[in-house]
Amino acid sequence: MSAPLASLKLRLRRVERARQLRHAVLILPLLLFLGFTFLVPIGTMLWHAVDDPDVARVLPRTVAALHGWNGQALPGEATFAALAADLDDAAREQTTSTAAKRLNYDVAGFRSLLMNTARHLEAEPPAAGDAQATLLAIDPRWGDLESWGAIHRASGPLTDFYLLAALDLHRTADGHIAATPAEQAVYVDVLLRTLEIGFIVTALCLLLGFPTAYLLASLPARQANLFMIFVLLPFWTSLLVRICAWIVLLQGNGLVNGLLLWSGLVDAPLRLIFNRTGVYIAMTHVLLPFMILPLYSSMKAISPAYMRAAASLGAPPWRAFVQIYLPQTLPGIGAGSLLVFILCIGYYITPALVGGGGDQMISYFIAFFTNETVNWGMAAALGTVLLTVTTLLAMAYARLVADRQTTGGLK
Amino acid sequence: MRTANQTPRTAGQRLGWMGVVIVSGLVFFFLMAPVMAIIPLSFSSGGYLLYPLPGLSLRWYQEFLGSARWMMALRNSMVIGVSTTVLAMLLGTLAALGLSQWRSRLKPLVLAVLLSPMVVPVVITAVGLYFFFAPLGLTNSFAGLILAHTALAVPFVVVTVSATLQGFDQTLVRAAASLGATPLAAFRMVTLPLILPGIASGALFAFATSFDEVVVVLFMAGPDQRTLPREMFAGIRENISPAITAAAALLTLFSVALLAALEALRRRGERLRAGGA
Repeated sequence: MSAPLASLKLRLRRVERARQLRHAVLILPLLLFLGFTFLVPIGTMLWHAVDDPDVARVLPRTVAALHGWNGQALPGEATFAALAADLDDAAREQTTSTAAKRLNYDVAGFRSLLMNTARHLEAEPPAAGDAQATLLAIDPRWGDLESWGAIHRASGPLTDFYLLAALDLHRTADGHIAATPAEQAVYVDVLLRTLEIGFIVTALCLLLGFPTAYLLASLPARQANLFMIFVLLPFWTSLLVRICAWIVLLQGNGLVNGLLLWSGLVDAPLRLIFNRTGVYIAMTHVLLPFMILPLYSSMKAISPAYMRAAASLGAPPWRAFVQIYLPQTLPGIGAGSLLVFILCIGYYITPALVGGGGDQMISYFIAFFTNETVNWGMAAALGTVLLTVTTLLAMAYARLVADRQTTGGLK
Repeated sequence: MRTANQTPRTAGQRLGWMGVVIVSGLVFFFLMAPVMAIIPLSFSSGGYLLYPLPGLSLRWYQEFLGSARWMMALRNSMVIGVSTTVLAMLLGTLAALGLSQWRSRLKPLVLAVLLSPMVVPVVITAVGLYFFFAPLGLTNSFAGLILAHTALAVPFVVVTVSATLQGFDQTLVRAAASLGATPLAAFRMVTLPLILPGIASGALFAFATSFDEVVVVLFMAGPDQRTLPREMFAGIRENISPAITAAAALLTLFSVALLAALEALRRRGERLRAGGA
């Protein structure tokens, strides 16, 4: 290759690289913006699920003394003395309650144990070498391995306590992972309930959405556009407006119950709202457009020639539908169902307003721990669980949609 | 245009088609029923949210428009919504312009990041923002809410503008350049007018996202930043005053206007593309 040509090639490549850089620079402001308003906040949430600084800050000597403790036998006098000294300092700095709150998450009653012990120690500090006897005299629970295990587990700086708790698991004093007793286990049930509501709402949306999308895809464009308004208007209507309307319609003396009573189908008003029925009705209403729209676009892409070909080859209509039409809508069904499911399991407002106590999904508990009990660790851990499930499903969705694009809606 | 698979010929086909029509009719009714049910109630003269209406009146509109709480909420929603729209439109359009021509192995990853606020449950975003913004003093502030809403709304702008750019013929820009236009002039006189419908519908999506958002507001807004949906949330939680139906009716009217605007933009975009091709 001659020298001028090579240098021209080089220059072209340089120009192209500069052009690519210019394009990248246009994306940068948004990337930085979302870094600040989305990525870092999500990272902060994930961090709070494992961050555990409180006990080590309030009880530094105890934590140090417990370092390497195996959890098989009570710690020695030195550790008891360290705790007494730490509680003395904490009382002066008024930080006891911070540690007490954290330890109470792990062992119920720990708050009163710690606060009470601190109060007694303030009144009569232990003599040198007598810390163990003093503490045991104040409260026999200082003789339990569990009490020391709780402090040991909360030593920080990181913990798996919240994440394990979000899955109804905990660590025993000697460090093994064990299942939380059935009467205290709630979060697996909440997660299963969330997924169950997700499945049922998705199934309802598919059942109602498929014929509707089929009708819209089959009608002439002008009529289809007209009927599409019935799908798009509710879609664009404020979520709060729709929830409010469902409460009005479904309440005990609402329009639906009125019609049911009038028609004689029921003798007494049905409970249709503030329970699971209300959640299913309102959620299906909110999410149905998210099913109809992808189904519609996948059905629109199916050439009628296939069905004509099937008919001309002698296939009866139902067979042509099942063997030719339905398989071509599968990517649309998959995409719509995944989308509805992903959106459904993250919903908070709708179940909070139209559901009862037993119908709340995982999002409700995330909000509850953030705003009501201010247990950020637990809120973050449940958020991590929800985020993990959503991310996995979203990856499947992206795969499905990408596949559809490359095959042009066929197969 | 009716095609072979839709024209019912045999009895079985006719039956199947009838089934589709009946189910779809019920679905359309189901979808429209709440919207249809709540609007007449806003004109009720009675104090209860019940049918039949005891009489017609505009008292709930008067109460809505005369209430300092509702009016402050409306103003807050407008301020936050408009600011969010402007910010999301700027950032989103720039990014979409860059994305349309950028070729890199990193592109799928960057795209996933830019669109993820649409997929991640809002409650998670809200908790994260709350944890991160609280120490920075951005909770209980308009700035914090605008930033948060922009994060939620910007993917819609990226998607709509990118979709418009997909049908955009880059040779037009080259033609402008060959006629001596600077890149900026080419953008202003060629690219911008053609992608404007996409930007505008992205802006509508962004505004609607912010205007209807309540989860982030629940977590981050102080009493001075309560928005319309936040006020409605409180109204539904505590006790539904019929004034809420006036708010709902006005919001529905607003949705109709939004939908009409989007449809007009879509048509205009189609025309422009057809003209440009």
